[in-house]
Amino acid sequence: MTTTLLTNARLINPDSAEEAQGWLLIDQGRIAATGQDAPPKADRTVDCRGKCLAPGIVDIGVKVCEPGERHKESYRSAGRAAAAGGVTTMVTRPDTLPAIDNPETLEFVARRANEAAPVNVLPMAALTKGREGREMTEIGFLMDAGAVAFTDCDHVITSSKVFSRALTYARACGALVIAHPQEPGLSQGAAASSGKFASLRGLPAVTPMAERMGLDRDIALLEMTGARYHADQITTARALPALARAKRNRLDITAGTSIHHLTLNELDIADYRTFFKVKPPLRSEEDRQAVIEALRDGLIDIISSMHTPQDEESKRLPFEEAASGAVGLETLLPAALRLYHSGDLTLAELFRAMSLNPAKRLGLASGRLTEGAPADLVLFDPDAPFVLDRWKLNSKSKNTPFDGARMQGKVLATYVAGTPVFEAS
Amino acid sequence: MSFDHRHLLGIEPLSPAAITTILDLADQYVDLNRRDMKHSDALAGLTQINMFFENSTRTQASFELAGKRLGADVMNMAMQASSIKKGETLIDTALTLNAMHPDLLVVRHPHSGAVDLLAQKVNCAVLNAGDGRHEHPTQALLDALTIRRAKGRLHRLSIAICGDIAHSRVARSNILLLGKMENRVRLIGPPTLMPSGIGEFGVEVFDDMKEGLKDVDVVMMLRLQRERMDGGFIPSEREYYHRYGLDAEKLSHAKEDAIIMHPGPMNRGVEIDGELADDINRSVIQEQVEMGVAVRMAAMDLLARNLRARPKEVMV
Repeated sequence: MTTTLLTNARLINPDSAEEAQGWLLIDQGRIAATGQDAPPKADRTVDCRGKCLAPGIVDIGVKVCEPGERHKESYRSAGRAAAAGGVTTMVTRPDTLPAIDNPETLEFVARRANEAAPVNVLPMAALTKGREGREMTEIGFLMDAGAVAFTDCDHVITSSKVFSRALTYARACGALVIAHPQEPGLSQGAAASSGKFASLRGLPAVTPMAERMGLDRDIALLEMTGARYHADQITTARALPALARAKRNRLDITAGTSIHHLTLNELDIADYRTFFKVKPPLRSEEDRQAVIEALRDGLIDIISSMHTPQDEESKRLPFEEAASGAVGLETLLPAALRLYHSGDLTLAELFRAMSLNPAKRLGLASGRLTEGAPADLVLFDPDAPFVLDRWKLNSKSKNTPFDGARMQGKVLATYVAGTPVFEAS
Repeated sequence: MSFDHRHLLGIEPLSPAAITTILDLADQYVDLNRRDMKHSDALAGLTQINMFFENSTRTQASFELAGKRLGADVMNMAMQASSIKKGETLIDTALTLNAMHPDLLVVRHPHSGAVDLLAQKVNCAVLNAGDGRHEHPTQALLDALTIRRAKGRLHRLSIAICGDIAHSRVARSNILLLGKMENRVRLIGPPTLMPSGIGEFGVEVFDDMKEGLKDVDVVMMLRLQRERMDGGFIPSEREYYHRYGLDAEKLSHAKEDAIIMHPGPMNRGVEIDGELADDINRSVIQEQVEMGVAVRMAAMDLLARNLRARPKEVMV
């Protein structure tokens, strides 16, 4: 077995929140050692030229459109996009056609994924059959088949009775439940966040309070059931105090947010640009700032791309009718680096939220630069500037809100279990 | 000339000078329309297509007449009945029409922003005849012309817009236009029919008619758009009429010479008292209809001039 030495690297260690110039030794697909003094000998040596080496990104909530809509995204195309974006583990969503809600479908998907994608793929399964919010899925069998978490994605389980039973059952299995906190009675049909902008554009809008109401209900159910719970996207200032209280009360709760809500606001929609239509809708600048602060404080744990491929047809419609969602696997890192360049977050804080915390929440050994951890790594130049061209993305769907945007930060190489799966030309 | 726009999609991008340019030209067309010989050749040789994805008799008739009086070849397409039902997308419809080389496209659509989207895909000039709850620019312009002719000016007036503001594109366009021309705009209606963030629009908001109408120069009533409502915005029609319907008593709080406007069609006995609407000393509702044709003639004339001044684009 060969060993690989990555020397002269700027090591970003989210576990210790430290950065240091040093080296990292890979042996048998795992991190064998790191250090700052004289590097050991290895079969192969890579000079990182002082660039950043960080644990690969663990992206919770990636939509790959198999089965059902392979023309939008396949495991092959998503896997390539992930590798190019420094994402070493995709945690995939079950909101496919049909939904991944039984062990047979899950096994099929997992097999396809492992054949086609160069990065790790961990599937999630639906919490209720057909994501319809009526009957729970076979949580135990699905876990045996490899489901790492259970979620109905953007479908809120409106019946609190159904949801509380599913949470109770999930708890007995030790399953993680991921929910989309939102009061559907308020958010139904909304295309934007309520306020001056939505009113001027005449768009049906949802009050940011709907997120807080959804979260409040879910927290009450957690108190009842003691389940393991993760809120997929917290995007408003109003929801944060409720989250903080739940964490203080030692409920088993974590929260994520999307890279789009961290780096864009509702004004980016401008003249009905449908690539900026996401769910929940983009928020005000005040909300965006509050979410960044919550991330820095550790109140919000995880950043996801919420990668959602949509074809041109479903976006080339009037804003209200257009599909929601944006691709994000390849733009997650450069977009997140905007927060580093603006001085909002350090690199260690970013990778805590993109790699370490999601790995911890899912019980994975990756997401850190410690000895014995899988050598899932991303080598990147945080300063390299470029203008994003959506037609150059690896995703089959090109619906990125960053088309034509000036960005800083390029992935130079991505390693999965010590093997390079992407190298910049 | 200070109107250099390619399309008329909304009031938002227009400067006060551009608005004045349209209104000045519209004044001339009012004179033309009152003559026996109501014909000009301003749009001669040009093709105008009216695409209405939403029912409209009045606006469509007004645009049709405006085009015909200026000598354009006018075609009406009732879009609910045609390809939309067959699943064709808006863009495909636009491209199909574009291939027929129209010069002016008049579009009404039930979704906000749909007309903007269409305008990006065609080579001709596009006029927004109302999109969702977004804008209805020619309505605001005809209202402005009516006010200017009745009051002798279009600035430093106190103007109340009453009723269902939340669902009204007429209200949006009027708030923008009247604000640009430096008037004081008041919005009156039940809070359930006010859009969110209304406090940031630079307007005063009232939920009481008498307070809101106090000393205003213009009372602009809106249609209560029942067909747009999900239900439950107001308790009942009769309570709405009692609290927000315009009658002589409520009107007495406005200035003595205040004028009454309504974009039509009216729900008599819901938002406005029938007799008041017909009072020729107060109501300018019929004038609004007349101004509508003139304003649309002016807007199309100006857009056509810009169209002719532009080098011909090559179609891809």
